[in-house]
Amino acid sequence: MRRLTLILVVLVLVLGVAGLNSACKPKEQKPQVQEEIKIGGVGPISGEAATFGLSTREGEQMAVDEWNEKGGVLGRKIKLIFEDDKGDPTEAATVYTKLIEQDKVVAIVGTVMSKCSLAGAPIAQAKGVPMISPTSTNPKVTEVGDYIFRACFIDPFQGTVGANFAYNVLGVRKAGCIFDVGNDYTKGLAEFFRDTFTKLGGQIVGFESHPTGATDFKAQLTNLIKAGAELIYISDYYNDAGLIMKQARELGFKGYFLGGDGWDSPKLVEIGGAAVEGGFFTNHFSKDDQRPEVQEFVSKYRAKFGKDPDALAALAYDAMNLMLTAIQNAGSTDGAKIRDALKNISFKGVSGVITFDENRNPVKSAVIIEIKNGQQVYKTTVNP
Amino acid sequence: MEKIFNLQQLINGIQLGSIYALISLGYTMVYGIVRLINFAHGDFFMIGAYAAYFTVILSSSKGFNIPVPIVFLISMGAGAGVAALANQTAYKPLRYKPRLSALITAIGVSMFIEYIFSALPFIGPSYRAFPNEKLIKNKIYEFGTTTLSNYAIIDVVISIGLMLFLTYLVKYTKVGKAMRAVSQDKDAAKLMGIDIEKIIMITFIVGGAFAGAAGILTGISYPRIFPYMGILPGLKAFIAAVLGGIGNIPGAMLGSYIMGISETFATSYNSLLGEGIAFAILIIVLIFRPQGLLGETIAEKV
Repeated sequence: MRRLTLILVVLVLVLGVAGLNSACKPKEQKPQVQEEIKIGGVGPISGEAATFGLSTREGEQMAVDEWNEKGGVLGRKIKLIFEDDKGDPTEAATVYTKLIEQDKVVAIVGTVMSKCSLAGAPIAQAKGVPMISPTSTNPKVTEVGDYIFRACFIDPFQGTVGANFAYNVLGVRKAGCIFDVGNDYTKGLAEFFRDTFTKLGGQIVGFESHPTGATDFKAQLTNLIKAGAELIYISDYYNDAGLIMKQARELGFKGYFLGGDGWDSPKLVEIGGAAVEGGFFTNHFSKDDQRPEVQEFVSKYRAKFGKDPDALAALAYDAMNLMLTAIQNAGSTDGAKIRDALKNISFKGVSGVITFDENRNPVKSAVIIEIKNGQQVYKTTVNP
Repeated sequence: MEKIFNLQQLINGIQLGSIYALISLGYTMVYGIVRLINFAHGDFFMIGAYAAYFTVILSSSKGFNIPVPIVFLISMGAGAGVAALANQTAYKPLRYKPRLSALITAIGVSMFIEYIFSALPFIGPSYRAFPNEKLIKNKIYEFGTTTLSNYAIIDVVISIGLMLFLTYLVKYTKVGKAMRAVSQDKDAAKLMGIDIEKIIMITFIVGGAFAGAAGILTGISYPRIFPYMGILPGLKAFIAAVLGGIGNIPGAMLGSYIMGISETFATSYNSLLGEGIAFAILIIVLIFRPQGLLGETIAEKV
């Protein structure tokens, strides 16, 4: 019996080594004259944030297809290799490594969520692969290193734009804030709103937080209402924001609601119902913006995918165009040269004219969107 | 002080307390009779909310409106059905095993339900908007600066009504008598000819139905549902039950209102410390009355 086991073990070992050997044999190189330029794309196309990733992939694919129709970049066709990070930082690190090591992409356009970009960016930075995140708003993302860029504005900007809009356009003088204390995004927005609003001469009558996962916000809202707030700044994502607005109206609040791009979902109206009506939020893009770049993008997107583009698709489209323009300007697929070309770029995109500041964050405009009859309606564009 | 102790905050606290009360009633009843902390109770609550959601969505897509009481019954039925199933498959085989095994199984049942729900394609892990306006139109009554929503009134009335029903069931019916007998001494109850498995099953069914009712009321008052929605309210309702004296029905009610009101006032005082203050009150109460506010000290049998 023991001998049999021994033989079996030896056999397994021998077979295993043989298998490994054959796997390690170098693959035959295919002779290719004009090799494609491979660009990596990353986004969550499964899991809770799946709609974000799908929009991102569509935006990126549309930009690549347009370039290929015009003959590609540097006379070579472009191939988009899109990977799913499932909205999970560990998974993001895995797919970044896979794209860089296995697929040998020259650049990466991704990923959507800040926490995932923060996991992927150090890998891209270490390998000298330029990366543009279309939608990660956390300031820390581009602080990873000089190869990391983004196509969206960062949190402070939205809070600042919101405060300007509230004070100058709506004429509000007393505002209150409510935010999720366990989320840096909502906290950051609220803090920048508070600081700018106070600087403009307004008064913040309450700065209330709630724990993550809370469903009852009435205690905080009652405080804000009793303190005389004319506007409540709600930096939460759509699902909390909808509940908050509903409860505020139940408590008899008659003033304005204002929020950030976390409101950009049809679920906001589903959850908040009539309470959301007349609410404003800052966003990257509106399909009703009458600039020709926007209208051209919207009609092409409709023709290709049969639906209206959201901000994620627009930003992904811009991010991919930025990257390909930079490759064209650099005249090379060398990482360092693409990086330098990105630093000096001035690009007329769907989400505004984009240049990069010294921290590789874009300098561009924001739009204000109003909820009217349950629909998102373009209100105005605010320049930095 | 006016900032904190105003009428509006008291109303907010009572509404929140009513939701906790509905969940904790089921918790405390199952504990009182089976001596099992049924951690899956929060998930029966979630199932109740989803049952109402699908009933309203499906019926309105077919173009007709089901009357509200029927939707309530469907939710309660769904909660009761899943509770009965959990009892039959998971808890019954462990009835005479160490109590810790049953407790761990309850946690397992809870996670199983949550993950199954988020894995099912027609439910999924994401947030859904509960069609509360289709079920009951929201009305707001204003008294000066204080407002009262009809949802708050419904929450309070139904939770008090169900508590009275439960008290009646346990104290004045034959089934209730059998329940109390099982809770005091299972073996003696068996010798007296009580079918203890049947009584335990009834207990689970009633508890599950209560959780289902709490689910639909939560959906109406806080119209956002997802598979993990039962965890936090379940935990808080459990704590409320302990605060009031677990196993004691009016105690669960009292504990829930204390939880809801103290949480609201504490949050109003300082929203960062809010829940922390509420739980500090709980710890202080339990130091002085470890059996809970209305709980009775039971001499441990040796």
